[in-house]
Amino acid sequence: MKILIVDDFSTMRRIIKNLLRDLGFTNTDEADDGNTALPMLKSGKYDFLVTDWNMPGMSGFDLLKAVRADENLKTLPVLMVTAEAKRDQIVAAAQAGVNGYVVKPFTAAVLKEKIEKIFERIQ
Amino acid sequence: MSDSKKNHRGLEPEVTEKLQRQAAELAESVDAGDYAKAMTLINELSEVRDQSLYREVGRLTRSLHEAIRNFQIDPRNAEQQEALSKMTDASDRLEYVVQMTGEAANRTMDLVEETMPVANALRDEAAALRDEWQRLRRREMQPAEFRELYGRIDRFFVSMATDADTMYSNLSEILLAQDYQDLTGQVIQKVTALVKEVEEQMLSLVVMASHVDQLTGTVHQIEEKEESAEKGVGPQIKADEREDVVSGQDDVDDLLSSLGF
Repeated sequence: MKILIVDDFSTMRRIIKNLLRDLGFTNTDEADDGNTALPMLKSGKYDFLVTDWNMPGMSGFDLLKAVRADENLKTLPVLMVTAEAKRDQIVAAAQAGVNGYVVKPFTAAVLKEKIEKIFERIQ
Repeated sequence: MSDSKKNHRGLEPEVTEKLQRQAAELAESVDAGDYAKAMTLINELSEVRDQSLYREVGRLTRSLHEAIRNFQIDPRNAEQQEALSKMTDASDRLEYVVQMTGEAANRTMDLVEETMPVANALRDEAAALRDEWQRLRRREMQPAEFRELYGRIDRFFVSMATDADTMYSNLSEILLAQDYQDLTGQVIQKVTALVKEVEEQMLSLVVMASHVDQLTGTVHQIEEKEESAEKGVGPQIKADEREDVVSGQDDVDDLLSSLGF
């Protein structure tokens, strides 16, 4: 299981990386925005994407849309972990095909639950 | 500012009186079919408007000057130069907050990442020893194995003491790493005070500008600038008081399940 973590703040990437490791996912890479993440996704054979929304450069929402529009990536599970809390945004993310939405600040239990739910649905 | 606001709100009484008189005369002469007189009156009317406008603009210019001086950004004397540096300083101060919080977060995570394997190793060794101990109690152990276990328990006691010391000192360092809250809190309070000050002065300027608009009859086409929800707008303040914002993960889950998620 190879996971890409996308967030512009290194501390948040580190927190998510640690939580994922506790869940048994040790193969993770990091990117600081959509522009860096997209080429990595295209060439890297990732199984799961965890992304923030608000980032300089390409936002997580645009990254989600780019992933869904890409023939090779369109089925990649995407979990959004973000401070964006407007109802419209959550609806928009759902319509764009997000697989899970975790709003910051979050707990380890919530992250675990959402990730497990996503994998349950895929299997 | 509140005094001058009262004075500036409408036109001066003499001007309004003049306007009313001339408007009445204008209506009369139009009714009477005296168009030449009507034209002259219209010119006079616009002159009255111009004059009061010039007077008002002069007054506003003085107030504006005053407001800008109150902004403390006139860098002609040393005292005000210091005030100006206070403004530019604000962004440096916030930069410092970002740096301090970042350092504290990383320091804390360093210590946590250092402590977790220690706790894991303790747990693993305790579990392994417990299994061995059970075997001993069930009398399944050979004398050679027992001697091995004997030494292992000894080593475990030693390492338990040192590991507990490591964990304790890491925890107290984590505690100390939270001291940024005090320092950044003070910095943020100072910047907040500055922002409030600037806000008040800005408000004065806006009030003045609206007087100019009122006098000249200017109507601005103000486009509502909506934050780009697509780009992301960041954390929402006072989320629980707002309808359009979720107040936590439960809200998100409810919303998504209502969409069939």
